Amino acid sequence: MSVLVDRDTRVVVQGITGHQGTVHAAQMKAFGTQVVAGVTPGKAGSVVEGVPVFDAVRDAVERTGANASCIFVPAPFAKDALLESVDAGIRLSVIVTEHIPFHDMLVMYRYARANGARIVGPNCPGIASPGISKVGIIPNVVFRPGRVGVISRSGTLTYEIVNGIKEHGLGQSTCIGLGGDPVVGTSFVDALPLFEADPETDLMVLVGEIGGTAEEEAAEYIRHHFTKPVVAYIAGRSAPPGKRMGHAGAIIARGRGTAATKVEALEAAGARVARFPYEVPQMVAEIVAARAHG
Amino acid sequence: MVKLAEWRGKALFRKYGIPVPEGQVVRSADEAERAAASGSVPLPCVVKAQVLAGGRGKGGAVRFANSPAEAREATAAILGLDFKGEKVREVLLEGKVAVGRELYLSVTLDRGLRAPVLIASAQGGVEVESVADAAIDRQGVDPFPGITGYETRRVAKVLQLSGNLAQELAALVRDLWALFQGEDAELVEINPLAVVGEHLVALDAKVILEDDAGFRHPEYAEIQDDRTPLEEIAREKDIAFVQLDGNIGVIANGAGLTMATLDVLMELGGKPGVFLDLGGTDDPKKVTEAFLLMAEAHPKAVFLNIFGGVTRCDTVATGLVAAMQQVPAANRFPLVARIRGNNEQEGIAILRAAGVTSVSDLRASAQAVVAAAGVSP
Repeated sequence: MSVLVDRDTRVVVQGITGHQGTVHAAQMKAFGTQVVAGVTPGKAGSVVEGVPVFDAVRDAVERTGANASCIFVPAPFAKDALLESVDAGIRLSVIVTEHIPFHDMLVMYRYARANGARIVGPNCPGIASPGISKVGIIPNVVFRPGRVGVISRSGTLTYEIVNGIKEHGLGQSTCIGLGGDPVVGTSFVDALPLFEADPETDLMVLVGEIGGTAEEEAAEYIRHHFTKPVVAYIAGRSAPPGKRMGHAGAIIARGRGTAATKVEALEAAGARVARFPYEVPQMVAEIVAARAHG
Repeated sequence: MVKLAEWRGKALFRKYGIPVPEGQVVRSADEAERAAASGSVPLPCVVKAQVLAGGRGKGGAVRFANSPAEAREATAAILGLDFKGEKVREVLLEGKVAVGRELYLSVTLDRGLRAPVLIASAQGGVEVESVADAAIDRQGVDPFPGITGYETRRVAKVLQLSGNLAQELAALVRDLWALFQGEDAELVEINPLAVVGEHLVALDAKVILEDDAGFRHPEYAEIQDDRTPLEEIAREKDIAFVQLDGNIGVIANGAGLTMATLDVLMELGGKPGVFLDLGGTDDPKKVTEAFLLMAEAHPKAVFLNIFGGVTRCDTVATGLVAAMQQVPAANRFPLVARIRGNNEQEGIAILRAAGVTSVSDLRASAQAVVAAAGVSP
C-alpha cells in the first residue's frame, strides 16, 4: 500500500506539450509511473515521449482510462484545466503550476471538494512512492524504497531532506509536497491520516515553513490522533517579520505562524524538531535504530 | 502584494459604489489651494499624507484646513515629510464629515479556512489588533454563492445598525465583496466606517492586491510599492530578491531551501544581506542573471546553494563560471558554492577548476562563507 498513488494510478499530463510537461512526463515514466495520456487543446493526435496527446481530458479518460492528472498548464489557464479534469471524473489532480491567483484556487478547491476530488498543490512538487508511482516533479534520484513518510510545504528543501534520508541508507514510503501557496488543496492535516493508515509507513517527516498556521494545526492532529514517531523541521527561523520570502504563504502576521510558535506546538505534540535540515535524516536514523533495538 | 495608498483604495471604492467623502489627491501646495478654492474639495477639509504606514493621525501626517490658504499651508507642511521611512509625495484632501459611531469592516483570506473571511466590529477607528477577540465577528464566505442576505443581516446586528443604515450596510458589504473578487484583492479594509447621520461613509481605505493576478490587471504595473530598485529589476526577471541588513549574499532555488540556508548562516554568526530565490527552476541562464544581479548589491561574500533536480549540476556550474567572468574585477567577491543533485561530481570539478570553493556539506559550506565575509575588506 502507498499513499494517494498506487500501481493502478494512470496519469494524464495536462500541458504535456510545454517544456516542463514534456520533461516531467519522461521523468515520471522513468520512475515507473503509468503516464497514459497528455492533453493540450489543439494538439490531439500528436505523441510526446511516447504518450498520446488529446484535446480534452474527457477524451483522454475515455480512451486511456486515466484516473489522475498532473497539471503544468500556465497560471492564467490553470483554473480551467483543473475544472476540466474534475468534470472528466479525475479524482486526484497534482498542480505543479506556480503563481495561480489565490482567488482562482479558492474556486478550484471548493469545486474539487464538492465533487469528491482531491487537489495536491498548487505550486507543489507532487507525490512519489518509490518503486510504485510518481505524479509530479520530484527528482527521481533522491528516492529509495523504504518506510519513512514525508510531507512538506517546500520544493527543493524536500529534495534535500529526502536525499539525506537516502544517504543515511534509509528509504521513503510516500513523499507528498503540499506546495507553498496560501491556499493548498491538501494540507498537513489532510495528509497525516493517510500516513497513519498506511501500513508501509513507520515514521513521519514533516517539513514546514513560516507563515500560516498549518504546522500548528498539524501539531494538534498529531497530539490526538497520530501514533507514529514524527521528525519535523521548520524553515525560516531567521526570517524578518513582514518580508516576503518567495512563497506567498510565508508571511508572518500578528505573532502567529512564526517559527517559534510552530516549533513549540510540534514539540508539545511529541515530535522531534530539527534545527537544521541536515539534522532531519540523523534523527530519522536514530529513531529507526532505536526501534530496531527495542 | 501590491499595497495601495488610501486615495487609490478610495478610487476603487467609488468604482464599486462604496461611499467615500468628496476629495482630491494633490502633489503640490498650489494644487491643494486650487482644489479647495474651486470647490472640488469641500471646506473645512482633512489633509492626509498618502503613505502606507499606519498611525498617521498621531504622527502629524493628518491636518485640518478651513480655507484654501490653510489647505495650502497644511499640504506644504506634510509634503516631503519622512513618515516612518516613507517620503510623502501625495496628499489627499477631503471634506470633513460629522462622524457619529466608528465601525470596522474588512474582507480578507483565511488560509486555515481556505476561504475568504468577512470581519466586522462595532469598535472601529482604532487599530483592529487592539480590539478584544470577543468584539470581532468573523465569518467565512463561500465563493460560490458569495455574500448572502443572512450574512449581511448578521453583520448589521454585530455593528448595531438598523433601518436605513442596515439597508445601506447590506449593499456596502456586497460592494466590498465585489471589489475583493473583481480586483483580486488580498485585503479590503474600511477602518473607520463612519456613521454620518443616516448614512455610512468609508473614511479610510486599505486595499492590498495580489501580485499573481497581475496578468488580468495591467493597471497593477503602474502602482509603486516599497521595493528597492534592485528588487524591482529582479521582479522583472521573475527572481525573488530581498535586501536585508547583512553582508552575505545568498542564491538558492526554492523558498524553503533559501530560508533554510539563511537559518544556517545566521546560526553560524553570518549576516545575510541579500537573498535571491531562483524559484523552482535551476536553468543555467537564470543562474547567470541572478549572479550578475547579486554582484550589483556588493556583497562581501556569496553563498550559492542549489539542488539540481532535473537540470544537471555541470550545466549550472558552467553558467556560473561564465557569469563570474562578466563581473568587473572591482566588484568581485569570494564565492562558496554547494550544488547537489544530478551530475554533482562533474559540476564540483568545473567549479574547483575555476577556483570556486565547493563543499557538499551544508554546515561546512556555510562556515566557509561566513569566514570569507569576515575577512574581506
